[in-house]
Amino acid sequence: MMDLVLDVLSWVCLLGGAIFLLIGAIGVLRFPDFYTRLHAVSICDTLGAGLVLVGLMLQGGLSLVTVKLLLIFYFMIFTGPTAVHALAEAALQSKLKPLVDDREP
Amino acid sequence: MEHLIDIVLLGLLMITGFAIVRMRSLLAVAMLTSIYSLLSASLFVVLDAVDVALTEAAIGAGISTILILATVALTSDEEKAPRHTPLLPLVVVIATGAALIYGTLDMPHYGDPTAPVHRHVAPTYLHDTPGEIGVPNVVTSVLASYRGYDTLGEVTVIFTAGIGVLALLGYRTRRRNSQGPGNRKLVVLRVIAKLFFPLILLFALYVLFHGDYGPGGGFQAGVIFATGFILYALAFGLGNAQRIIPHQLLRIMAAVGVLIYAAVGIESMLLGGKFLEYRVLADDPVTGQHLGIMLIELGVGITVVAVMLIIYYGFVSRLHSGDM
Amino acid sequence: MSELLGHYNYWIVIILMMTGFYTVIARPNLIKKIIGLFIFQTSVFILFISMAKIEGGTAPIIEEGISVYSNPLLHVLILTAIVVSLATTALGLALVIRIRQAYGTTNEDDIHVQDEED
Repeated sequence: MMDLVLDVLSWVCLLGGAIFLLIGAIGVLRFPDFYTRLHAVSICDTLGAGLVLVGLMLQGGLSLVTVKLLLIFYFMIFTGPTAVHALAEAALQSKLKPLVDDREP
Repeated sequence: MEHLIDIVLLGLLMITGFAIVRMRSLLAVAMLTSIYSLLSASLFVVLDAVDVALTEAAIGAGISTILILATVALTSDEEKAPRHTPLLPLVVVIATGAALIYGTLDMPHYGDPTAPVHRHVAPTYLHDTPGEIGVPNVVTSVLASYRGYDTLGEVTVIFTAGIGVLALLGYRTRRRNSQGPGNRKLVVLRVIAKLFFPLILLFALYVLFHGDYGPGGGFQAGVIFATGFILYALAFGLGNAQRIIPHQLLRIMAAVGVLIYAAVGIESMLLGGKFLEYRVLADDPVTGQHLGIMLIELGVGITVVAVMLIIYYGFVSRLHSGDM
Repeated sequence: MSELLGHYNYWIVIILMMTGFYTVIARPNLIKKIIGLFIFQTSVFILFISMAKIEGGTAPIIEEGISVYSNPLLHVLILTAIVVSLATTALGLALVIRIRQAYGTTNEDDIHVQDEED
């Protein structure tokens, strides 16, 4: 019974992670401006990768593999947003202006 | 199911390959090359080649991308249209491809366990490794012990590449970068770099010493170790990185690594065995093998770290801004 | 049909190889040529590793209860080859930087023109 619950939960996490990654990819293709695309990637990719890792951890049970996956999870949480931040800073420094909505309200 | 993942990955590789040919912006091509390496590393995992996957991910998707980006930053980043029509190259390529495909029709089927390549030496290695060498990772035992002479040649090739880049590009020592007000923009990157720098070095040492029991070994560990320093150099400036590891030290390290490898070989000759026969290094042959493998992996790791950093310093010290 | 299933891996590898080959001979930019060489080398690695795979086998790390392993000899060959490919890529890119310094361009056609003028 417990196995079944863990299995279902891990499958939900894996599929959810995959869906978020797909949404992030669609966002990169459809958004109009560099900064908006960066925003889509930053949020959806970190969340998607995190969910996939949690799903794999549930599949692994209590073992060394789960500890290693946990370490990778922490690494991704730290470095994902940092990389996107570095990209945005670099873009700002190269004077790339964000797309602003100046239409009359 | 595995075939499905296989086909999807190969399809993505083909799309990436075609995109690399067609794209004109060299920065995009550099990123596509990195994606190509990462996809082939995933393909290697699916094909049960875990050691090779780790090496390809570290070297192809890591260091090669940095070097290509540095070169693109130093030269132009747009490709001009070719002057001649590509008809003759296309004909040559299609003819060669057709001939090669005709040649593969004779090859054994993919995944066939009775293929000739699995018959002669490989079963001997798989059979003898637990008894003679006592190391679970057969790839490490073949690389370091059964075919140790080839690995000595490989280390020398890396060393030669380091010397070559040194001769071509030299290096310029940079002054220590000032901690000016403009550097407030890099605060997040600097904090994270400082946080992860020791963890990356620790992981590199883990990969080095755990190469006997799982995927890993000297080359991967050396590349990961060098990546830690490259991260530091990216966040804090090349001048600060050169204060931590000065160029003189790198040149000594590169030579010391190869020297350790050759010294293990000569030591085994002095103790009565042949060149690179680790059995004679200790009283018990298996312990001797372990000792020999550990020493040469250390030598390989030291040389790879030094050469990677020599190449990186050579490329990046030519950039004018000075804080990449 | 069994020919297709048995060989599709090799055929796709050959397509990748030819893509790299085409990039080397048809594109005038020097960095593109080196990247084409890199694609060629990586596709050769994939060819060797698909030759090493055994159906139903696993990674060549000796464990209890597993009897079929992939061929470790080919993995070792490719490990060496990957490192050598890095060495040649690094040297090639260093040469490109020096060529750029000497000629002012990384385009093969322009370099030919400059050489003919001398």
